[in-house]
Amino acid sequence: MSGNNEDIKNAFSEIKKNAEKNFNESRNSDIPAIYIGMATCGRAAGAEEAERAILETLDERNVKADVIHVGCIGHCYAEPVVIVDNPGFPPIFYYNVTAGKSKLIVKAFLERGDPLYEHLLGAMEENELIPSVMGFPRFGMEKRIVMEKCGHIDPEDINEYIKKGGYASLAFALSKTQADIIDEIRISGLRGRGGAGFPAWKKMEAVYGSDSKEKYIICNADEGDPGAYMDRTIIESNPHQLLEGMMVAAFAAGASKGIIYVRHEYPLAVKIIKKAIDDSNRMKLLGENILNSGFSFHIDIFEGSGAFVCGEETALIESVEGKRGMPRTRPPYPVERGLKNKPTVINNVKTLSTIPAIVNKGGKWFSGIGTKSSPGTAIFSIVGNVVHAGLVEIPMGVTIRTLIYDICGGIPGGKAFKALQIGGPSGGCLPESALDTPIDFDSLTEAGAMMGSGGMVVMDEDSCMVDVAKYFLEFTKNESCGKCTFCRIGTGHLLTILERITNGEGREGDVELLERLAGDIKRGSLCGLGKTAPNPVLTTIRYFRHEYEAHIHSKRCPSLKCRPLTAFYIDLGKCARGCDACVGSCPVDCIFTTKGRKKGIDQEVCVKCGECVTACPEEYNAVIKVSPPHLVPHIEKLEESK
Amino acid sequence: MDDNLELIEKEMLDDISSFLEHVEPERSSLIPVLQKIQAKYSYLSSDAIKLIGKRLDLTSSEVYGVATFYNQFRFNPPGKHRIKVCMGTACHVKGGDIILENFERKLNIKTGETTRDREFSIDKVACIGCCALAPAVVVDEKIHGYVAPSKVEGIMLGFEIEKEMNERKERSSTENSDGEIIERQ
Repeated sequence: MSGNNEDIKNAFSEIKKNAEKNFNESRNSDIPAIYIGMATCGRAAGAEEAERAILETLDERNVKADVIHVGCIGHCYAEPVVIVDNPGFPPIFYYNVTAGKSKLIVKAFLERGDPLYEHLLGAMEENELIPSVMGFPRFGMEKRIVMEKCGHIDPEDINEYIKKGGYASLAFALSKTQADIIDEIRISGLRGRGGAGFPAWKKMEAVYGSDSKEKYIICNADEGDPGAYMDRTIIESNPHQLLEGMMVAAFAAGASKGIIYVRHEYPLAVKIIKKAIDDSNRMKLLGENILNSGFSFHIDIFEGSGAFVCGEETALIESVEGKRGMPRTRPPYPVERGLKNKPTVINNVKTLSTIPAIVNKGGKWFSGIGTKSSPGTAIFSIVGNVVHAGLVEIPMGVTIRTLIYDICGGIPGGKAFKALQIGGPSGGCLPESALDTPIDFDSLTEAGAMMGSGGMVVMDEDSCMVDVAKYFLEFTKNESCGKCTFCRIGTGHLLTILERITNGEGREGDVELLERLAGDIKRGSLCGLGKTAPNPVLTTIRYFRHEYEAHIHSKRCPSLKCRPLTAFYIDLGKCARGCDACVGSCPVDCIFTTKGRKKGIDQEVCVKCGECVTACPEEYNAVIKVSPPHLVPHIEKLEESK
Repeated sequence: MDDNLELIEKEMLDDISSFLEHVEPERSSLIPVLQKIQAKYSYLSSDAIKLIGKRLDLTSSEVYGVATFYNQFRFNPPGKHRIKVCMGTACHVKGGDIILENFERKLNIKTGETTRDREFSIDKVACIGCCALAPAVVVDEKIHGYVAPSKVEGIMLGFEIEKEMNERKERSSTENSDGEIIERQ
């Protein structure tokens, strides 16, 4: 279908020229620029307060500077993040920017030229003045392809994206044939980033090869895994890269209509992607006869209504068609009969966002990154008990140990590592002995977990593995669509057994019963949800069987987590006479005064929230948690105390 | 009071009817329609469901079948201030259930319920994607991170103070909340 290659080139250079002109007019390079990370997590951490303080101080001191909203740079532990580009200095990264710090940045750095060494993390480029952030492993050991521009550009400014090389891969792709592009993606070895790792080029080729007139492409941004939020971050920080990748994939597959299926729980992402689509339409990068190539393509948004199972491709299609999101039997696969029974390519946000880089730099370049069977990079949201939590993009093949200890700074508070939960409710918990597993699709599956969508939760010694298994079962039980009996009823039974174990009512043989039931659910379910739902139970039994046994046999939670099996008391030997610190912190007023003006806890009333532990001054540390609860010594309640 | 509620209900249904006239009468419109109505009125009343069914040529049970399948939709009016406690993995590990319990105790209602005066409602929500700030709570679209039982007290105290100040300022005016909460984002 391709039009004249010269025409495409000219049309694109015209757009690029305009974009550069508009961008240069919108920014003034003589005055400082202040970039504030304004994605959802930045806002939650207080980026709006920081912005307000900066604007007020600029106004008050009559200092001129551009304040620019950018997306998320992925360093969630450092939020709110502000990068200041002051002429004469390299761009500087400030972390945990509170309102007070914001004022200081304006007064000290912008007015007096003092870069505030005590508050900065580093410079964003090499220079002689300030150490670069690249010396910090959390930056230096990452390899950013998909998230390269996240946090560096204004996600709502299409001009900036185009000026910085955006949409070049689209112009290039349109001047090639579909087969060329599919071949390039085949050479790259790109595997679907949604979890299963299916080769991306195969879907495109199957749809391209079909003789149906109507073909669709769907971007799956129904990121339902609790603990994963990279798709949201990519959309909020660099939506045009996703659109560009989607357009190239649509061109290669011959699709003329695209749908982005995004969760309604992500209102900011919905708003930003809508604006990006409008802007692309306006610049004629989307719509009819794109860049005079003869290729036409339209994108619509569909807001998912909150059902985990809709992450499964056939359930997602059902949902778009206005039905309950229940998976269909496969085959036929969506590439044969998908949306409205037409051939449909479904790809994850990360997969599509990787495509522009592959087209620009070549499949060979991409296949050189990562491992042979899983080329490229992986994005993880690594959260929980870890120092430098956030989004990390690393080449495949890095070991879990390197990721947690070298890149993300290990476990806070000097605590011991216990388990890594990877892949969300479908994944599993890996113990310390699995830390040297390289991160790629096949090695993780072998270890009993799976890549999933890339959520990683690090758990320290205080986490109870039975409780974690129970948590995930509660989730999958609620999210089971109800089509297959084993999944619908079986997950409920698993949950009942786990609940009784964590309540101290576990019976002999419960672990074996769990294992048998888990096997049946795996065999008797149609879709990925049911097939993988027992994974959290199976992996925790496989690696942490002794914890199950402690709960069942001695009614004890070794990690002091399961509340029915634990209790708090105040050690009178440590409690300070007359100290009242814990009393006010208790939400249920269950702390009373006992002999010697010391304190005791009323076990009948206590809800075991642990606030008194936090409130007790460090030098006393008198609140003790024990399991089983009968270990609590009796403390006399005095008559006159309330 | 009852007359007043009836009036509000009638206005709502009239508005929904006129909105439905512009909707393509095909099945794929169903979820977007449910979303739009819920976005405006925060819940789907049984009469609204009937109207939707009529327009899209579906039975009420078919509409309910779809609506109850998804977590987004609710069928009773929420409180003026909506408290959503995140139940994601990271929040769970960091004690999200304790936070939920604290709100329930403080307001004396259970998850999914609304207080008698329709001021507050509590809901559990799936991961809101602020895992690095766990445990997290969304109150009226504002996200609070690193919530502890004492912060729960603080959030509720904030509402009490706000309410008292408003009462003091203008006893007659009720401008503060109604429309604003839903529209903020």
